[in-house]
Amino acid sequence: MQTTQGMFALLAVRQYFGHGSSRRAAPSRAAVVLAAIAGLLGVPIDSASGQSSNSANVPPQSARIDEHVQRHWQALGIGPSRPAEDGEWCRRVFLDVLGRIPTVDELEQFLGEPAASRKARLVDRLLGESYVEAYAGNWTELWTNILIGRTGGTERRSLVDRDGLKQALRRAFQRNMPYDRMVYELVSATGVNKPGKRDPKTGARYNGFVNFMVGNLEENAVQATAKTSQVFLGIQVQCTQCHNHPFNNWKQNQFWELNAFFRQTRALRRFGQGRNIDYVELTNQDFAGETNEPTEAVLFYELRNGLSKAAYPVFVDGSPLENRSGFVEEVDRRTELAQRIVEHETMPKAMVNRMWAHFLGYGFTKPIDDMGPHNPPTHPELLDELAAEFKTRSYNVKDLIRWIVLSKPYGLSSKSTTRNARDDPSLGEKPAFSRFYLRQMRAEELYESLLVATEALNASTSYEQRERTKREWLSQFVTAFGTDDNEETTTFNGTIPQTLMMMNGELISEATSVDKGSFLYRLANDAKMKNPAKIRRLYLAAFSRQPTTKEIMLANDVLRARKGETAAALQDLWWAMLNSNEFILNH
Amino acid sequence: MNRSLLPNGMTRRHFLSHLAGASAMAMPAMAFANTLRANAEDLKKRHKSAIMLWMGGGPATIDLFDLKPGAATGGPFRPIATSGNEQICEHLPLLAKQMHHLAIVRSMSTREADHNRGRYYMHTGYVPNPNIEHPSYGAVVSHMLDEQSRELGLEIPPFVAVGGGSVGPGFLGMTYAPFVVNSNGNVRNLKMGIDAERLNERMNVLASLERNFIDDKRGQSAEDHEKILAETVALMTSKQMDAFKTDKENSATREKYGRSNFGRGCLMARRLVEQGVPFVEVDLGGWDTHRDNFNALQNNKLPELDKAMSALVADLDERGLLEDTAIIWMGEFGRTPRINGNTGRDHWARSWSLVLGGAGMNGGIAVGRTSADGTEVETEPYTSQDVMATVCKALGISLETTFTSRNGRPMKIANGGKVIGELFS
Repeated sequence: MQTTQGMFALLAVRQYFGHGSSRRAAPSRAAVVLAAIAGLLGVPIDSASGQSSNSANVPPQSARIDEHVQRHWQALGIGPSRPAEDGEWCRRVFLDVLGRIPTVDELEQFLGEPAASRKARLVDRLLGESYVEAYAGNWTELWTNILIGRTGGTERRSLVDRDGLKQALRRAFQRNMPYDRMVYELVSATGVNKPGKRDPKTGARYNGFVNFMVGNLEENAVQATAKTSQVFLGIQVQCTQCHNHPFNNWKQNQFWELNAFFRQTRALRRFGQGRNIDYVELTNQDFAGETNEPTEAVLFYELRNGLSKAAYPVFVDGSPLENRSGFVEEVDRRTELAQRIVEHETMPKAMVNRMWAHFLGYGFTKPIDDMGPHNPPTHPELLDELAAEFKTRSYNVKDLIRWIVLSKPYGLSSKSTTRNARDDPSLGEKPAFSRFYLRQMRAEELYESLLVATEALNASTSYEQRERTKREWLSQFVTAFGTDDNEETTTFNGTIPQTLMMMNGELISEATSVDKGSFLYRLANDAKMKNPAKIRRLYLAAFSRQPTTKEIMLANDVLRARKGETAAALQDLWWAMLNSNEFILNH
Repeated sequence: MNRSLLPNGMTRRHFLSHLAGASAMAMPAMAFANTLRANAEDLKKRHKSAIMLWMGGGPATIDLFDLKPGAATGGPFRPIATSGNEQICEHLPLLAKQMHHLAIVRSMSTREADHNRGRYYMHTGYVPNPNIEHPSYGAVVSHMLDEQSRELGLEIPPFVAVGGGSVGPGFLGMTYAPFVVNSNGNVRNLKMGIDAERLNERMNVLASLERNFIDDKRGQSAEDHEKILAETVALMTSKQMDAFKTDKENSATREKYGRSNFGRGCLMARRLVEQGVPFVEVDLGGWDTHRDNFNALQNNKLPELDKAMSALVADLDERGLLEDTAIIWMGEFGRTPRINGNTGRDHWARSWSLVLGGAGMNGGIAVGRTSADGTEVETEPYTSQDVMATVCKALGISLETTFTSRNGRPMKIANGGKVIGELFS
């Protein structure tokens, strides 16, 4: 293990600095040698226990994760997979934190650092200033999809301004807004929804956060109730709108009591030319209740036996809103709700569970947003501890990310062993996190990774332009069901349409182009590089690893078959690599 | 180790002949395939298939197939006589003429009134369970009819979903995942930009990369990908892809089905069934009528449904396909007998209807009965499991079948549902 990792580092360093790749200034020879030696010596892995000795660089929270997860393995009688190769780990972290694979330069920089500290240093870099735009972009994409789905705001008559939400989220992630603040903003937001618009009365700037709520207010805000609870508290209440929940303890009255918090909320359409909606204003208005007594603003819901029952605002923990008034001046129900959500113990748990699932492939519960006594978590103590710690650290999302990615389970290989073959949640087992579970890249990740792998990132293209092109490409995979819960489905799920796109699609033909100026053209015509070096470059760019001897031989076969047409041979090879499971899976 | 990604039983020459579109006569392998097809001709006439017409959103079946003209909440629609024994909605006049082929099950009673859960339950016969993914209708049927597909020489996916996503194959694996297409039949990215020889070389390199990764024992998704690659190549190179092209039909036929997405989808379903595809699902969404239910039905949903569904049943019948093709018309649930403040109807699973027919099931009848106001089922209630068991029986699939989930759990086909007897007497 030691030797392999060290060799890898050495090879990487030799190959890329030795052959004078001009892509970044080479460090001094001494530094290279030092780094290589560190690579050889610096990762003392005891493969029996999987213990990594670089504990000095691991935050105590990560160590706590390790302890909990390890105890669980022991209880189950399973052993962990070996740690992933460093390059593989690097690829993983880039994908999960920035939503794309690393460039060859970024990989080399990582491998060139002392092995004992390189992981912590990379995480600091990715969460630091130099990557703040990429970080914010990725998490904006993720949260936009969580909040309004991939189709939210894309239809002509939608009230939702997708760009408005994205801009608000992007600013939040750029500034690393504490998570409780973000939740508070999303739940309590008022204002106009579209960038560039101002409130006609107050002149206030637009508030992009309102776009979470504006599309969900139809039918007495039933969807707003269900979504708010599901996303921020991990509690599914949507079934209880019509009857008591068949599986969890939720009762129908609780749904409508939660719903009562949303009854002052209105999405007002503001019209521009003709009948086109120019923008939407989310506002709180006095709610007179269904009996027209605003001081006791009540709503009624129907039981399955046809009887009606009254409901006033009561939060999920059973605490009622003391003042039942519907006058906004006396009580702003949605702000009260936001306050209660961010103070509730379930909020950090739901977020920790969501983040854990993002990085580890599976959450502590499945699905992640249906928590509660009916669906106990796999690691209850770890979940509680991380949630408490997240709260203590003022809901700093970057801290939470750092703890998870520097933990041992996140760093394990995806290769199973005889001692953990049964730890496979895809077979229906509960995850024990004794290895890294394979997963499909998201469509967004694949898109960005293709750009990175082919060095197609063009600095002259604006953020907006890039987003537009990407959105167009993404739209081919998504279909909305057109139901009131805004559910949608994707064909970017490892089935034939995705494979056809990877084999024959326009994006791939661009990525494998050998036209003048393209990635492959430049590589094929780089006089300073010999063919084996070119092949290595492809492997590092796509897989973040060196080719094996066998793979170099295979590549040589391709070169021979193309009778020395290097560009064509590299193209065949590159096409196959981009189509392979090793490229399209996060592993 | 040197496993090829080419479809089973395909020689390289065969593969190349496909790619080049070369004359079949010149190629022994191709000629062999043709003999297979000739032998399959009479099998084709008798092969079993199912077409599911999925009504996403949950249609107000009280306004379509189980009208309550006397009840306060019965709505404005009147019933009309049909070619069968039962009445249906006045806004389905064309379908009324085909009802002697179809049975209405008026005693559906289920518990899932959430779109997601209802979609899953009605597609699988199981309620969602966090620890297992159950296979949907299309996966179960295409899996059980595998041998028939092989005999027919089917080269395209056995489970096609037109205009919607359907529900996945669960533990039966990616081979039985729905192949999702638009109703226009244009499969994106089907055309290869390179010659056959070169594709073949690339596939060889790819096969080797795939294998290395799989041999590391990293899990199912790596193996699934290899299978999907092989299926994709088979599909790219198959003449059977023509079955997706509804524009090859004459204009009179296309007119009959209607120039709507759903109409094209139904026509495509017939072509696919003719080609030997054992399961096709065609989606018609937009039934989630919480507001303005009656306008939406009368002016929008019902005319589109009426035209396409009646044309499909008549066409299958004329071609002698109906006796071997099961038709399942349903959504995730029905809608409330009560009309809400927005002239809409909300989700309702306790008492609703669906429609079955073909493949030997009795037509012209209604199974079961609801109360005068439509809120209760008064006869033996039926569930998703029962419908699935009934369809399996019609297709000749043994109800004794037990699957084994990936973690070794035995799973009875159709979740042990009971066959709706009246459809087979």
